[in-house]
Amino acid sequence: MEKQDIATIRAIIARGKRWDVIFAIVGILFLAVGLLTVLALVTNMALEGAGRLSLDFFTSFPSRRAAQAGILSAWVGSLLVMIVTAFAAVPIGVAAGVYLEEYAKRNWVTDIIEINISNLAGVPSIVYGLLALGIFVYQFGLGQSILTAGLTLALLILPIVIVSTREAIRAIPGLIREGSMALGATKWQTCRYHILPYSLPGIMTGVIIGMARAIGETAPIITIGALTFIAFLPPIPGVDPGAGPFDWLTSPFTVMPIQIFNWTSRPEAAFQENAGAAGLILVGMTLAMNGLAIWLRYRLRRNLKW
Amino acid sequence: MTANAPLATRTSNRLAHNPMRHWGERLIEGALFCCAALSVLTTLGIVYILVKESIVFFSQVSIVDFLTDTQWTPLFDDAHYGIMVLISGTLVSSTVALCVAIPMGTVIAIYLSEFATPRVREMAKPILELLGGIPTIVFGYFALLVVTPLLQKVFPELPGFSLLSAGLVMGIMIIPYVASLSEDAMRAVPMHLREGGYAMGSTRLQCSLKVVVPAAFSGLAAAYILGISRAVGETMILAVAAGMQPNLTFNPMEPAATITSFIVQVALGDLPHGSIGYQTIFAAGLTLMLITLFFNIVGIWLRRKYRENY
Repeated sequence: MEKQDIATIRAIIARGKRWDVIFAIVGILFLAVGLLTVLALVTNMALEGAGRLSLDFFTSFPSRRAAQAGILSAWVGSLLVMIVTAFAAVPIGVAAGVYLEEYAKRNWVTDIIEINISNLAGVPSIVYGLLALGIFVYQFGLGQSILTAGLTLALLILPIVIVSTREAIRAIPGLIREGSMALGATKWQTCRYHILPYSLPGIMTGVIIGMARAIGETAPIITIGALTFIAFLPPIPGVDPGAGPFDWLTSPFTVMPIQIFNWTSRPEAAFQENAGAAGLILVGMTLAMNGLAIWLRYRLRRNLKW
Repeated sequence: MTANAPLATRTSNRLAHNPMRHWGERLIEGALFCCAALSVLTTLGIVYILVKESIVFFSQVSIVDFLTDTQWTPLFDDAHYGIMVLISGTLVSSTVALCVAIPMGTVIAIYLSEFATPRVREMAKPILELLGGIPTIVFGYFALLVVTPLLQKVFPELPGFSLLSAGLVMGIMIIPYVASLSEDAMRAVPMHLREGGYAMGSTRLQCSLKVVVPAAFSGLAAAYILGISRAVGETMILAVAAGMQPNLTFNPMEPAATITSFIVQVALGDLPHGSIGYQTIFAAGLTLMLITLFFNIVGIWLRRKYRENY
């Protein structure tokens, strides 16, 4: 009787443990699906596009003949748009983060701003495109320019920059603020000489993740009406004679993701090779940026001891 | 004494209440506040532009037609504006995506939070993050040129564009968001609840499913809602791999347009500012915002209802 009971209990335990193992295997399997997707994606693009990767690919304009087409206007466009985005999103995002952590009083205005920022992070990116089309392009008359695209992407990544700035600032202990203020520093001097320098690595992490997101965004840029076929470069000061220092801001442009979209939607296989090569470059860039951010955060977590 | 006097004056002057310094501080605080308030302005701008253009749109198209018509041909001479057509595409593709993302994301989260060793977790989380950082246009390329041909080997009748392959890839894209938020929620469950479970003799899996998951339910709901918003708002995968022809269908094996891919399609063409075609994309955008808003409200309600306080 007792022996039987023990045997039953053992059987129940064994069955429970078997399910544990099965579940763990399923978990690892699902994780592997994610990893394998990345691998399959990168390998496929590498196989498709490897033949097209050469210096000419970077220095040629898009062309009606696939074998001669390149991504010159696309990568220059992406670079210029990113410059505008960084110049707009970083100062505003960091300032907003500093305000919310260091200055804001607990009242309904602050509550509204906070709820609003977390809601904005969930707004589909194409809606930002509609906002930019209606307000930047037509209301402000900025046109379908690099400036419009840069500002649109800046609005899109602002929540990411604000949230990471706040997290970085929150990790700084109050002792630092008290020490600074005890020496007679004003609130702004405390922020300027203590809070900002110490939170810089954390802020950088957020900025890099935000920029990696911005560089791959396609939908909002298509919505503002960026052209898909651009066979010229914006007037870059110093390179083009007679280009004013800010003329490039109002120039039409294309960016890497739009070039990929354009090539992917063509039926000819030759253009899809181009899409593969350009996609490989874009994925390489975003993976490198995200990898840098993850590494930075890892270093930070290990080295930081208050 | 004479040497000390100016010093004393100088010191007291420097320490005296300095209105200029005060002003500088106020000015900086004001500027910082403006930066923070810009986010509210963004929201107001979105609502303003969507509502403003939609009002013009609905002055020409009746809301009843908009909601009940079964055809969506806004750019034809015989124009029909039945948003149901686009909503069906959005719902089908999102359902396919969530059927992939929610089970897989949850299992991965349970595995990472309850089963995996810290070493595995430290390695898996960055990988998931990298997966989430891949541009969606690249996922679209992958769906069209890799996943669709693969699926066609299983289902030979599958067309070259389909909601199924776009939805599947979209699901994989959303896994990292669901998994990482769910894992955070489960790790926030206090240890003593698990210890209680183990003390009652439960196995790891029983403890995960019957103690940790219910305790973390409000966090899981938030993760799922974020996944839904991502799926509904996703654009490029669908624009590339699902085809862009409007099609009122609930069959994932067919090509169809979604709200988002319609906006892309119109934006790619050259529509004059102020035309009815231009306004349709704002009406479509407003519909999209209302759908995401609806799910967010459901999310807030779920969080309130199932919030656990320890």
